[in-house]
Amino acid sequence: MRRALRWLLAVCVVAATTSVALAADLRPLVQSLGTGGYAGTEKGLAQLSEAGDPAAVPVIEALQAGDLYVRKADGVVVIARKAGSDYALTDPLGGASLGEAPAGAIEKIKVNNALRRAISASLGALTLMSPDAGIRRSAADAVFKSRDATALDALNTALAKEQDSSVRRAMEQARAAITLTAGASDEDTRVAVATLAGRSDQDALALLSSVASSSSASETAKAAAASAIASVQLKLTLWGVAQNLWYGLSLGSVLLLAAIGLAVTFGVMGVINMAHGEMVMIGAYTTFMVQELFRAHAPGLFDLSILVALPAAFLVSGGVGILIERSVIRWLYGRPLETLLATWGLSLALQQAVRSIFGPSNREVGAPSWMSGAFELGGLTITYGRLWIVVFAFAVFAALLVALKRTWFGLSIRAVTQNRPMANAMGIRTAKVDALTFGLGSGIAGLAGVALSQIDNVSPNLGQGYIIDSFMVVVFGGVGNLWGTLVGALTLGTLNKFLEPYAGAVLGKILVLIFIILFIQRRPRGLFALKGRAVEA
Amino acid sequence: MRTKQATSVLGLGAFAGLAMGAMMGMAAPALAQDTIKVGILHSLSGTMAISETTLKDVMLMLIEEQNKKGGVLGKKLEAVVVDPASNWPLFAEKARELLTKDKVAAVFGCWTSVSRKSVLPVFEELNGLLFYPVQYEGEESSRNVFYTGAAPNQQAIPAVDYLMQKEKVQRWVLAGTDYVYPRTTNKILEAYLKGKGVKDEDIKINYTPFGHSDWQSIVADIKKFGSAGKKTAVVSTINGDANVPFYKELGNQGVKAQDIPVVAFSVGEEELAGIDTKPLLGHLAAWNYFQSVENPANAEFIKAWKTFTKNDKRVTNDPMEAHYIGFNMWVKAVEAAGTVAPDAVIDSMVGVSVPNLTGGYSAMLPNHHITKPVLIGEVQENGQFETVSKTPGLVPGDEWSDFLPDSKDLIADWRKPMSCGNFNVKTGKCGGKGT
Repeated sequence: MRRALRWLLAVCVVAATTSVALAADLRPLVQSLGTGGYAGTEKGLAQLSEAGDPAAVPVIEALQAGDLYVRKADGVVVIARKAGSDYALTDPLGGASLGEAPAGAIEKIKVNNALRRAISASLGALTLMSPDAGIRRSAADAVFKSRDATALDALNTALAKEQDSSVRRAMEQARAAITLTAGASDEDTRVAVATLAGRSDQDALALLSSVASSSSASETAKAAAASAIASVQLKLTLWGVAQNLWYGLSLGSVLLLAAIGLAVTFGVMGVINMAHGEMVMIGAYTTFMVQELFRAHAPGLFDLSILVALPAAFLVSGGVGILIERSVIRWLYGRPLETLLATWGLSLALQQAVRSIFGPSNREVGAPSWMSGAFELGGLTITYGRLWIVVFAFAVFAALLVALKRTWFGLSIRAVTQNRPMANAMGIRTAKVDALTFGLGSGIAGLAGVALSQIDNVSPNLGQGYIIDSFMVVVFGGVGNLWGTLVGALTLGTLNKFLEPYAGAVLGKILVLIFIILFIQRRPRGLFALKGRAVEA
Repeated sequence: MRTKQATSVLGLGAFAGLAMGAMMGMAAPALAQDTIKVGILHSLSGTMAISETTLKDVMLMLIEEQNKKGGVLGKKLEAVVVDPASNWPLFAEKARELLTKDKVAAVFGCWTSVSRKSVLPVFEELNGLLFYPVQYEGEESSRNVFYTGAAPNQQAIPAVDYLMQKEKVQRWVLAGTDYVYPRTTNKILEAYLKGKGVKDEDIKINYTPFGHSDWQSIVADIKKFGSAGKKTAVVSTINGDANVPFYKELGNQGVKAQDIPVVAFSVGEEELAGIDTKPLLGHLAAWNYFQSVENPANAEFIKAWKTFTKNDKRVTNDPMEAHYIGFNMWVKAVEAAGTVAPDAVIDSMVGVSVPNLTGGYSAMLPNHHITKPVLIGEVQENGQFETVSKTPGLVPGDEWSDFLPDSKDLIADWRKPMSCGNFNVKTGKCGGKGT
């Protein structure tokens, strides 16, 4: 520990003194970033990173973030950050304040994809010695990606001092990537192959294949590469299966969310509700409205907006559902054809109403920070948004199950759907229960809308995309059975995702549909058929 | 009391009705003489409303502005708006209604290729004029249609060239929605890429259904395809609603433009308005116009648009510019012909040249396509595009692709005496593929 501290101190002192000495030399290089368009900036950047001075890091970071500007009056390159209506200017080297300037007095140094790549590479090479292990690690990854041979010296110096084992591994892999790309002695190649064999991903596979197929490598190196390729490929295949399973679970949870409200209105009540998708859409628009309020009044609490949107969407969609039940559907009980037509008309009316109020274009629903991005789990990339939707779908399912099985309201629903006259005779107000049940189904659809707003368009057509899938899930799972809906959704999701890589998205969907048709031929009541007198009624 | 009030209200209503009827009766013939009717055939409801409503609005704005300048041939223009509701057969019905019942002088409309194919026989039968403002797959040229959007050689081919030269792309994913535009465009691109020496295994073609929302496996697949050691790019002809979840998934799975750039042909400013564009920084689009293009004509257009819609946040896009060009060309051709009669206007359209919004002039070619510059732009954080490449001159629209075996010998020339949409230069005969 003490040794490490002393070492760190030494590095800091050295870095500080050299940066003072070099700052003057960097000045013209920084200045050159602002001239000659993309090509000029790229040239300046190359010289800047060649100088190898950590003092250049904040300059390059500012360029990456789009904060580097040229002051029009004298052509000086400055860092400008928005401060009120004007921009606060600072010196890119040293950070001294240079006063403020209006937007018209400065011009942004533009960055394109080629420059972005160059920036990542040079930041990687320059931050290999950063005191922060996380930064060193991403620096090593950047070097791995760029395979920039000029970073080799910096990499070797950093490796000699690196203590953290995971960062060390990343650096060794980066060095191996450079070795294999640039070509090296037989011994070095074999070491590099061994290092990369530990990294079981596509990048490693590509590098190893280049060794196996290269003409300069020796036979032993080629053999080592071939065996490494075999082991990497096996691991990749296994991860591929795990990935399909995860995607299937994720798609299944989306289907479950969309279908579970329908499982109540169609499954439990027997109402063919073509306006179900529009309840989902209303939930998504409620999310948008809630987010607008947050943006206007409490931008700092934006991350919580989704949590507020959940009850709001449940109430709004549920309220609309009750309104529909009281005004239209209750007159049509027992007449499925008329219900189908009426709710279909309602769905068109609701779509057009939303289109008239909010306009036909998509509305932007933001993702809270805890729902954006992804993390790596072995060979899997799991996005936070999808993860939360899976969790949410199961939570909604569990809550609905409890509500139906363990509460007085749930008992009334089941009583009314199983034997209406008897329930009526027992003093249950069946009309009220009908309205509330429909409201419950619609409210749950609204909850689905909150989740779907995170992954799909918030447009008047949002619901249309889910209505067929929802009916498919409910019919496949068995009408009137919640567990059937759960199993049905997950089965269809997984089936779809395993078919997709082989058959493509279009054919995959067709195959799933054919599968359901055949299945329904064999078992007309779905996976989990209800038994008993209620079915015959 | 109550009944009396009711009768008096009734009486008043009846009187008002009579008076209105009389006024309309008097006004109608006068109006018919004084105005030239212009049909607007864009979906205002259904799936395509998201894109087409804007075009209806821009047409209303252009007509209003033209009327302020005194109309055309001394007459005011009158817009007739119909709603084909994203329903392809309804497009044909509404087109017939516009041409026979409303007797419009020209129609500005359609977005999807299938809607254009649906109205095409109607316009040819009734000898109407259609201005079609959207980039499309080519392989068509009709005497009655003016294609003001891009043909494949004005969008797809230059975009691929840019990626090949500037980004050194060697491996290609052609991803599209499963219908005629992406399929034909990808066929052309595939032939073009193979002609440039790209191997079979370096091209991956992927189609998805309309409104596809679960992109997890496809994006993962793209990542896998892209990590084989060669620089990879995605050429996206994904259309409509499916784009938002696609880009969201790209952002979430961390596919950065600097590693695997995606160049889109159907994503413009309007589509980006519904997405958080920060993770999309640097992904590309190829168009003939961007809102960010700086020149006085465009600044004026954007200002007029924001004033007209009374919304400071509205954006402009490429098909809007196409309508701007098409409308001005029509006005110029009508004034040159001195009449709105279809045959005279069709003849005077060819060769008409009007300013576009990117600082140059666009001209109508004999094949009823126009000349346009091609711009490649990178998505910025504010949802706009930054132009990174622009063709030095104008690119003439090529209706019959040179890269498809059965269309490479065909040309279209609607000038007399040839007057043919699919002239085969090999056989020297009019006819073949197309009509």
